[in-house]
Amino acid sequence: MKTNLYFRRVAVIGAGLTLFRRRMLETPQELAWEAVRKALDEAGLELKDIDCVVIGSAPDAFDGVHMKGEYLAHGSGGVRKMVSRVFVGGATGVMVPNTAWYHVASGLCEKVLAVAEEKMSPARPHPQSVFRYIWDPITEKPLNPNLIWIFAMEMHRYMYVNKITKEDIALVSVKNKKNALNNPYAQAAANITVDDVLKSEVLVWPVQLLDTSPVSDGAAAMVIVSEDVARRYTDTPVWIEGVGWTLDNTEWTGRELAYPRYLEHAARMAYKMAGIERPNKEIDVIEPYDPFDYKELHHIEGLMIARRGEAPKLLKEGVFDIDGDIPSSPSGGLLGVGNPIAAAGLMKTISIYWQLKGTAGRMQVKKPVHTGLAQAWGDLMQASTVIVMRN
Amino acid sequence: MKVAIVGIGWYGFRPNTKDVSFREMMFEAAVRAYEDAGNINPRTDVDTFISCQEDFWEGIAISDEFAPDPIGGAMRPTMTVTGDGLQGILHGVMHIKSGLANITVVESHAKPSDILTMRDIIEFAFDPMYRVGAKNIHFLAGLEALKFMKLRNATREDFAKVVVKNKRNGLKNPRASYASNINLEDVLEREYTVYPLTDLDISRFVDAAVVVVLASEEIARKYTDTPIWIDGIYSATDSTIELSELGEARYMKIASKEAYNMAKVNIREIKAAFVDDTYSYKELQHVEGLSLSDNAVKDLREGEFEKGGKIEVNPLGGHLAKGRPLEVSGLSLLLDAVEYLRQGVVDKAVVASWRGIPTFTGVVGVVSR
Repeated sequence: MKTNLYFRRVAVIGAGLTLFRRRMLETPQELAWEAVRKALDEAGLELKDIDCVVIGSAPDAFDGVHMKGEYLAHGSGGVRKMVSRVFVGGATGVMVPNTAWYHVASGLCEKVLAVAEEKMSPARPHPQSVFRYIWDPITEKPLNPNLIWIFAMEMHRYMYVNKITKEDIALVSVKNKKNALNNPYAQAAANITVDDVLKSEVLVWPVQLLDTSPVSDGAAAMVIVSEDVARRYTDTPVWIEGVGWTLDNTEWTGRELAYPRYLEHAARMAYKMAGIERPNKEIDVIEPYDPFDYKELHHIEGLMIARRGEAPKLLKEGVFDIDGDIPSSPSGGLLGVGNPIAAAGLMKTISIYWQLKGTAGRMQVKKPVHTGLAQAWGDLMQASTVIVMRN
Repeated sequence: MKVAIVGIGWYGFRPNTKDVSFREMMFEAAVRAYEDAGNINPRTDVDTFISCQEDFWEGIAISDEFAPDPIGGAMRPTMTVTGDGLQGILHGVMHIKSGLANITVVESHAKPSDILTMRDIIEFAFDPMYRVGAKNIHFLAGLEALKFMKLRNATREDFAKVVVKNKRNGLKNPRASYASNINLEDVLEREYTVYPLTDLDISRFVDAAVVVVLASEEIARKYTDTPIWIDGIYSATDSTIELSELGEARYMKIASKEAYNMAKVNIREIKAAFVDDTYSYKELQHVEGLSLSDNAVKDLREGEFEKGGKIEVNPLGGHLAKGRPLEVSGLSLLLDAVEYLRQGVVDKAVVASWRGIPTFTGVVGVVSR
């Protein structure tokens, strides 16, 4: 992999979110447009100024639309422009700004809209029915596995290998849902206790209801531009300094589930580009992907912010609290804000952007921040995407 | 910085490939591409991988899960562009031009023979608010073909001429399952599938996989003495069905203008065009959209698109002869262009792909040797 020797600098100058909710009345196109409109307003640009659009959305079956990128192009402002949709399953939300980054860094585009949208509620009776079709059609599908089964296996393995208790993990849910109380877009903010998590309904042991993020609809958008444009439109651009992504092999059954090695590779790619050698010392605020509470800990270790098995200890010590040394998911994450799959990843990137810009409002972390990171995860537990930004 | 094609491999281009899975097709095409690129090792020599596919064609939700292994992309930066393979090339060019990669691999595969309910799948691509429940998936093409006829004073014979030309040109192409030596009457005497198009005016589906190895200029020179350069490439989407200009390929106009600018090319230098001909009329519409002709109908009648004419259009047969392999369509046109350039028949060619009904997206690339 090449290193960052001659990249054009790329900045974020605007972002917008819709509410994250179950069963939004707006169509997917309308949701996308609402987020885009807000992002353009924050950037001080009009749609006519945009030259390229990058769209992210997770399985087409959620929205029930084939060629969903084409369908979303209109709502995302992609009329008579270069439009692409990128896809790495649940990791798509961060792949969207990563892709927008290389649209600009390559010199092909100057002003790019990065848009992510997901409507999970049209899938009936539950989005799990869509996940029935993610498996190998020959070897796995006939077994009709449920997605929560494999996450339960992964969570169990993580607990077993690292000697971690359910109580250790439940603290993530408590922290994130509490952080979400400060987030005006949040769907599942709450003041809960570890006991509440432990007493919630068991879905597939050890996964319980409050260990999980909710089913959501929502959209997110960012305006990503070249350095020249950024200097003209804002005094406070936030620079994209590193991007990384990796897909592990498809055969999840052959992997060590306790550690996301694909994420380590993705993180190393982004760190190399951003010149980061000691992530736990050099990164001020993080938004790791947390569709389940154990995943935040899993990902903090994959990002090398904590050593293997060490994340729960640091969590207990308050390192990842909003006023801690490395605040983690100050937005409230997917557990607190909601989980419209692709939009959730972009929401995390936007959260870091607002933190670095200093406009996160009540979500703003207590300490001064200069380097932030967002991450997403997906596919058959095999994909991770990472973005590093600085102010 | 220039970007080159240093290797290309393919598998399939048959109506049915029941002896291999889609993953085996990908593997076969990848092995050939890596061999063509001078025996590169994807595990160590390739920086990024791009796969082009769509969930509904695959019958798998989150189909990109299956992208890495057959092309050597596992534990590497692998991603999916849900679009035509030529859009993947555009992304690959950006990977290299941004400095992210020295070598990028672009893959696309299609197995329409596995799809039992093609009409229903295509219908799912329409806006859910306006899904029409059409019994004939070609109805929109029929509407547009009629509009094109009215706008350009084209006749059924003109469309038939495209069919005859492309099917005959396909006889020179080992990938052309539907090549044949037919005449105008053969086309005109067929029943209409949807007026004004017969089944011979409509390309048939075909299974295929294509893998392309892209490299930066410096690296390309190390791997091959005969790189094919991508001088310019761009894509554009028009709008929705309601707001797009039926009869005009506006997406081609926008994309080609940008691609030509990037390539700094004088259109007269381009001597061959490999353009989407999913429907016979589309070839004429696209040739005009690409500014290769002011009056494609007139030029067709005068034989300007044949060998020795102003510009050869689909000299290796187009989709009407080779079949249409879904998202591989753009790469199949690019593959023809690469072979044509390598043979030294022409020095510069344009490749132009369209995503098919009901979309309004086109990708245009200018390639040279």
